[in-house]
Amino acid sequence: MQTPLEQHHAIRQLRQMLLIRRFEEKSAELYSATKIRGFLHLYIGEEAVAVGVMATLTPEDAVVATYREHGQALARGMSAASIMAEMYGKQEGCSRGRGGSMHLFDAAIHFYGGNAIVAGGLPLAVGLALADKMQGRNRVTACFFGDGAVAEGDFHEAMNLAALWQLPVLFLCENNLYAMGTAICYTQASPDIAAKGAAYGMASAFVDGMDVMAVETAARKATAFIRQGNGPYLLECRTYRFRPHSMFDTELYRTKEEVEEWKQRDPIEQLAGRLREAGLFDDQERAGLETEVAAEVAAAVAFAEAGTWEPVADLTRFVYSERREA
Amino acid sequence: MSTQTPMQTTTYREAVKEAIREAMHMDERVFLMGEDVGHYGGCYAVSKGLLAEFGPERIRDTPLSESGFVGAGIGAALGGMRPIVEVMTVNFSLLALDQILNSAATLLHMSGGQFNVPLVIRMATGAGKQLAAQHAHSLEGWYAHIPGIRIVSPALLEDARGMLWTALQDPDPVLIFENNTLYNMEGTLPEKAGPVDIDHAKIRRPGRDITLITYSASLFKCLDAAEVLAKEGIEAEVIDLRTLRPLDDATYLASIARTHRALIVDEGWRSGSLSAEISARIMEQGFYDLDLPVERICTAEIPMPYARHLEEAALPRVETIIAAVQRMVRHG
Repeated sequence: MQTPLEQHHAIRQLRQMLLIRRFEEKSAELYSATKIRGFLHLYIGEEAVAVGVMATLTPEDAVVATYREHGQALARGMSAASIMAEMYGKQEGCSRGRGGSMHLFDAAIHFYGGNAIVAGGLPLAVGLALADKMQGRNRVTACFFGDGAVAEGDFHEAMNLAALWQLPVLFLCENNLYAMGTAICYTQASPDIAAKGAAYGMASAFVDGMDVMAVETAARKATAFIRQGNGPYLLECRTYRFRPHSMFDTELYRTKEEVEEWKQRDPIEQLAGRLREAGLFDDQERAGLETEVAAEVAAAVAFAEAGTWEPVADLTRFVYSERREA
Repeated sequence: MSTQTPMQTTTYREAVKEAIREAMHMDERVFLMGEDVGHYGGCYAVSKGLLAEFGPERIRDTPLSESGFVGAGIGAALGGMRPIVEVMTVNFSLLALDQILNSAATLLHMSGGQFNVPLVIRMATGAGKQLAAQHAHSLEGWYAHIPGIRIVSPALLEDARGMLWTALQDPDPVLIFENNTLYNMEGTLPEKAGPVDIDHAKIRRPGRDITLITYSASLFKCLDAAEVLAKEGIEAEVIDLRTLRPLDDATYLASIARTHRALIVDEGWRSGSLSAEISARIMEQGFYDLDLPVERICTAEIPMPYARHLEEAALPRVETIIAAVQRMVRHG
């Protein structure tokens, strides 16, 4: 953070992580108030991964995410209002209320969901990258998935296909150490996920997923590698989920001490602390950021509240395309 | 068609290949991907020679990763390509069922209309080659259960030749089921055979006494049965469904309104099946046109056996169709 540009960027990263954090805290509250239903998977604790990675993508790049994707959607630039309206089930939502929390989509920013089948998005990302390669487009498809996905066949099939065909996919494993409530030591014979890239001849690395600047540096290296036509890249981001898996999780599988220990590495406080130490950021500026973010979240809630229900007469729309030509 | 149209002798296999070739020439976004489609020439030799003509980018051999390459087909379709994904056989397609059902069929809806999937998946289906219980089932009726996809099953050469291009023009996923016993079937096609509609069932033989509702390889069993029955003075009308989802109810209901009898012949299993669905629709929409209950001839509810005599006994047969029609016409 030597130059004013870097300082400005760091504060912007902090603001994005704060937005995700406050947006999700509000979402949890609205879930308890029954405004939001279905499954709600919070990203709190893992914000550095999405924010760090998105900073390295161009507007043309594609993103494939999972059911825990509020953070990716916000960091990619989807409006908080359209996400909140989606979770309310309103037709002003990013998926018209057809998807909910797990299925956020936005064609304008090449955000391909919101896939709630664990590892289901990986083959899709391979196909998007294949289409790019065949059409001579130089773009990266960033594919997020959790450590749980690594146990699925689709992970291995997709890794092999991407490496075999040298496709521009950035595989981003958000290793939060638990596949829902089962620790990685109970699910992986070899829990070193980054090492699995070698089996496919794929460039790979791991990074501290609690450090947004480290994530950004690692992702920048990975995307540069991919953009130079070197094929896919696996980046394991080692992170931690502070909240339960979903709103129905009583967290019998981990200790409060463990969660507290990880909270000491909170990605937001880490970056804020660094900025403060460098004399670039003070309590007043922090308060200013919080105020801005709170206003954005409040506006999102107001937008969702004011949203409208899609008429039931439209129930059977979007099963088949209304325009019949491909 | 005019008798002046130049005709050529061909096979079902060649007709499918010609359809793929034409699509590849007409639209550079089209490519074929699947197990053994390139260097091997296709498990059923459908794509033999296409690798030399179009190269490995567009005739793309895949590893044995059904879920992976079907999912990649979905992604490529989202990315602006028009993939034809070949799955070797319907039983193997179950390894990709997650991608077909949870992604291909749902993306348009989950995204509120933003992302359609213009993907074509072809696969071999059906019994008759002693391939036993993991290569020979007819699960297209299962796929026809799924909203968001279209299911077609060409029986005649003109459909084998013409359905693919129309399917590629569809903005949504289309699954094409090719019965493996048909690939060697010979016949003639106009030299300039082209696209056909994939919306309507067709009457393949008109008749006044009973409506036989069928598709794919069973069509020929029904036509053979109708030929025999005609000699006894029973005129069976034979309907080729062609498209299994969405079903063209109007065509078979109009036929039943004339014949007042309906027999469904389906190589799928009976319980919870396409034949059950059609029967229910006739009850709902054509009940008062019927002189007697709808009947069905389906495959025996067993995993397909290997031994030839048992496989034959398990499948719908010309004799069983004839016997059912005789009974229905004489007693109804």
